[in-house]
Amino acid sequence: MNIDSIQNGVVIDHITAGKGMLLYSLLGLDALDVSVAIIKNAVSEKKGKKDIIKIDADIPVDFQVIGYVDPGATLNIIREGQLVEKRDVELPDTLTDVIFCRNPRCITSTEQELRHIFRLTDREKRVYRCVYCETAAK
Amino acid sequence: MRSVIDILDLSVEELEGLIQTSLDIIQRPAEYSELCRGKKLATLFFEPSTRTRMSFEAAMYELGGNVISMSSAASSSAAKGESVADTARVVSCYADIIAIRHPKEGAALVASENATVPVINAGDGGHCHPTQTLADLLTIYREKGSFEDLTVGLCGDLKFGRTVHSLINALSRYSGVKFVLISPEELKVPSYVKRDVLKQKGIPYVQTTSLEDAIPELDILYMTRVQRERFFNEEDYLRLKDSYILTPDKLRGAKEDMSILHPLPRVNEISVAIDKDPRACYFKQVLNGKYMRMALMRLLLKEAGTL
Repeated sequence: MNIDSIQNGVVIDHITAGKGMLLYSLLGLDALDVSVAIIKNAVSEKKGKKDIIKIDADIPVDFQVIGYVDPGATLNIIREGQLVEKRDVELPDTLTDVIFCRNPRCITSTEQELRHIFRLTDREKRVYRCVYCETAAK
Repeated sequence: MRSVIDILDLSVEELEGLIQTSLDIIQRPAEYSELCRGKKLATLFFEPSTRTRMSFEAAMYELGGNVISMSSAASSSAAKGESVADTARVVSCYADIIAIRHPKEGAALVASENATVPVINAGDGGHCHPTQTLADLLTIYREKGSFEDLTVGLCGDLKFGRTVHSLINALSRYSGVKFVLISPEELKVPSYVKRDVLKQKGIPYVQTTSLEDAIPELDILYMTRVQRERFFNEEDYLRLKDSYILTPDKLRGAKEDMSILHPLPRVNEISVAIDKDPRACYFKQVLNGKYMRMALMRLLLKEAGTL
C-alpha cells in the first residue's frame, strides 16, 4: 500500500513496530465507520520495521494520543491523493482523557465529570503526573 | 482568582512577606482586628478536623470577619451527591474566601477551579496541607531566626505524611538545608519526592531507621503521627503505629537548642514528659498557624480586591 492509495485522509507513519494496534485502540478508530488500514511490520529504512495506519477519511486526529504512544511517529495529511502536510509528533506537555488516574484516593475517582489531566513532569523519563493528586501514570 | 493549594503556590518572597505580616500581627494585633469587617470565610470540612478548622475560624474572627460553615460532611449537600465543583460554585455566592478540607487528593484544586473567590487548601487527603507548612515555617523562623544551614530531621510516617512532603518542598528552596529522614522501611519518603525535589535540587539527605543515631546532629526534629486513616489495611497500621516514640531518654543526645515540632494531633509519639522541655515547640506551632492563616487570608483577599 502506498500513501497515494487514499484520496482524502490521514496516514500515521513511522509507528514503532508493535504499537499500531495500541494507537488504533486509543484513537478510537474502531468506532469509525470509514476504511482504516493497519499495516504491521512494514519495511522501514530508518527503523527496519514499522507500523502504519491509514484512515480513508478527513477526520481530526488526536495529536496528544499519538505523541504519548509514539513520539517518533509522523502524521501525513492527504488531500485529493496528494501529501499536503507532514507533521512530526512530539511528546505532549499535557494529556487530557487519554490515560486515567488509578489512585483510589484521587478526587477523579469519585467525581465522574472531571477530566483526567496529566502533566509531563520528566520529559527524559516520560513521566506524566495527574494534576490533581500528582500520582505518576503507569 | 488566586488560591493556595500547594505550598509551592507561594514564592519565597511571598513566604517572607507572610512571615513578616505574622510577626507584625503578633506585635500589633489591634491594627488587624477590623481588617476583615463584613467579610466571610466559609469552612468546608469534609473530613474530621479540630485544630485546622478552629484555627481558620479564630484567624478570621481575629481579623474582624465572620465565619460560615457546614456542621459536618454527613449533613451537607455532599451527602446527597453534590460534587466538590458545584459546592465551590454555590459557596462562592455566600463567602469571600473558602477554606476546604477533603479526604480526596486534588479536591481543593477542583474547588479552586470552580470557585469565584480565593480557595485555601486546608488538607486534601494525603496530598498537600500548605497552611500547616506555614505554621511550621513561622515556628522554625521564630525559633532559629532563619531557614538557612539547618539540619532538619523528619521522623515517623514520611510516606503518607502530607505535612512532611510540603515541608521538604518549602525548605528545599533555602540554602544549606540538610534533611535526615527517619522512618521504618514501609513508611519512607516516596521516591518521587526524593528524585524530583531532593536529588534534582542537589539537597543533601540521609535515610535512617534509627532516631537515636540521628538525633545528635539535628537542629529541628519534626515528629509525625502514623495516621490510621491513610491505611487501607488495619494490620499494617497496628504494626507500624508505635515505630517511634520520643522520650526524655532519647532526647539526652540532642542539642540544647534543638526544636521539636509536631503537626498535631499527637497520639503517643511524643511522651508528655517532654512537653515542659524548652525544646518542645508543638504548642507554639498551633498559635503560629493561626497567625499565618490570618496573614494568608489577608494576602488573598487583598489580591482578590476584596480588602
